[in-house]
Amino acid sequence: MKGKSQAQLDRLKRYLSHPSVNKEKIRKFFLGSKEKNGFIKQLIVYGLLICIGFVYLYPMLYMVSKSMMDLDDLLDTSISWIPSTFNVSNFTQAATAMNYVKTLFQSILVAGLPTLLNVTVCSVIGYGFARFEFRGKKIMMGLLIFSFILPPQITMMPTYVMFSDYGLVGTLKAFLIPSLFGQGLKCQIFILIFYQFFRQVPKVLIEAAQIDGAGYFKSFLRIALPSAAPAILTVFLFSLVWYWNESYLTELYVTGIANKTQMGSLSTLVVQLKNFATSYSSAQYTGGVTQNNNESIQMAATLLSILPVLIMYFILQRNFVESIDRTGITGE
Amino acid sequence: MTEVTIDKAEDKVNEITEKKKRPRRKRREGTLARREAIAGYLFVLPWVIGVIAFLIMPLSNSFQYALANIKMTPKGRIISFVGYQNFTQIWFEDASFPTTIWGYVLNTLLSVPVIVVFALIIAMLLNDKIKLKGMFRLIFFLPVIVVSGPVMGMLADQGAATVPSMNVTLITGLLEGVLPGSLVTAISSLFENMIMILWYSGVQILIFLSALQKIDTTLYEAAKIDGGSGWECFWKITLPTIKPMLLLNAVYTVIFLSNNEQNSIIVMIQDAMFAASQGYGYASAMAWLYSVVVTLLVAVVAIVLMTRKDAYDRQVAKMKRKHRKDAREVRKIRRRNRRNEGKIASTTR
Repeated sequence: MKGKSQAQLDRLKRYLSHPSVNKEKIRKFFLGSKEKNGFIKQLIVYGLLICIGFVYLYPMLYMVSKSMMDLDDLLDTSISWIPSTFNVSNFTQAATAMNYVKTLFQSILVAGLPTLLNVTVCSVIGYGFARFEFRGKKIMMGLLIFSFILPPQITMMPTYVMFSDYGLVGTLKAFLIPSLFGQGLKCQIFILIFYQFFRQVPKVLIEAAQIDGAGYFKSFLRIALPSAAPAILTVFLFSLVWYWNESYLTELYVTGIANKTQMGSLSTLVVQLKNFATSYSSAQYTGGVTQNNNESIQMAATLLSILPVLIMYFILQRNFVESIDRTGITGE
Repeated sequence: MTEVTIDKAEDKVNEITEKKKRPRRKRREGTLARREAIAGYLFVLPWVIGVIAFLIMPLSNSFQYALANIKMTPKGRIISFVGYQNFTQIWFEDASFPTTIWGYVLNTLLSVPVIVVFALIIAMLLNDKIKLKGMFRLIFFLPVIVVSGPVMGMLADQGAATVPSMNVTLITGLLEGVLPGSLVTAISSLFENMIMILWYSGVQILIFLSALQKIDTTLYEAAKIDGGSGWECFWKITLPTIKPMLLLNAVYTVIFLSNNEQNSIIVMIQDAMFAASQGYGYASAMAWLYSVVVTLLVAVVAIVLMTRKDAYDRQVAKMKRKHRKDAREVRKIRRRNRRNEGKIASTTR
């Protein structure tokens, strides 16, 4: 008994003379050393990141939470985030009002076809700028940058007049023809991405192909293009997303804003969302939906309209974020 | 006496011109180079056609529209030239356009620094060694995917655009005593749409991040050995290195904010386009005025953030100036020589 306590006392003494936690270690833990960041700094970094991340996600969370509430939950002040019941009726109402399935396919068409054209045409143009030297190239590049800075509104009206003269307004051709000539939505950025990327492809490789008898176009198709997979992916994704989110020009050119009678021939989800109030009331009039329009249904519609791109983003997020690095969008 | 100076000058002339006397043959383009140039033209041909059809022609048309009054009739358009009447009407008779554009300029000038600084801070946080880096990047890049006019409009209507528990009215009240009214409204709208403004910084974060990752880490190690703190490292190493990216991001932000569908001026232009009393001509004039303002804004931002020349560049410029001065002197001396030779010849005769 006595021996045991003596041993304990000894241990305590040893511990006090060489404590495993001393001042130095505490200091190191909180303030960090050369190799490792200290606890305080880590706390600040993570705290900031989590706070800002929450602020970033706040509208999304708000949208998801509101979209599931029914009318009672909306009016109940004690419920702010978590709805009392999981309510799907908002989604079905919004989907009927937006004519969801049909509009979804139309959106994919409206965003997808110009995107495919963009990828093909911009890669050709970017290769032309990157690979060849010709007179006037500098002026052309300057014009490219200039057309990026210029607000699209200034050329919008004459283009609209031109399209309506040729009867292109209200059809998808109004999007397809500009992108066929490298003038689609934000095509300047895509051309620059391809330009940056193809400049990194070693010239020797292409020259070797030419010695082996490949023409200019063949060496582009066989050598340069296969190595540009990251750039192609980046351009594809961004073009798709930007066409998907474009409501202003889509409404003007593709669905046709001036003659409302033609409306409905081609529409996208985002355009539908823009005119949600009117389309909802008309759906209510025809008896498609039963509830009155409220913020829950609006939020459900918003969520539905961005859901396809969200799903795509979560599947391809690695490509999205890392491709920017690889393609050198930052421009050295 | 004069001959001595002439000799000296001649020596100097030879000394200076010797450098330039390297034989410079004009190289003629070979067939290969010419063929390559033709191929290059063929590759960019679609773009050239596009520029002519969708940039230059619409630009000139739009300028023509801006100076005209356009009436839509069942037979077609009737364009009547009215000079700068559209512009005067926009500027002096319509109250809404100048005030809107002034609000836009203030808003942009306020939000650009906020967005850029914020993007830089987040990029630096993400550049540290942290866990779950991928997840945070996912969150910060998410807005780029979903941001679009109608979605933003819906969210802003619901009040989801303000940071919760931030008291905007209090901030506005505090500022009202100090600043003029238009500035206060701009600042309070900045706070009201804080989340939306933060949402615009997705691409900028990525650009900063990739720039930060390319900084040579040995620079930081060297600075640390010399006793530099993290703060000093930021100002002396990080910031100067990424300064070009700062300019790029700021210009990108200005353009993004200006061409955004949420922008009230763009909505105004579209409304004017189909309004019965205003029409294409009026809207074109508006668009021209607007693009002038945007260009000016871009220029202001670019001038503020333009990278200053470093010591090396300054040296090069100095040397170039010196060379030019030397060349001028050479020419002067030559001329004088010729004159003097003429004089000497005439006197000896």
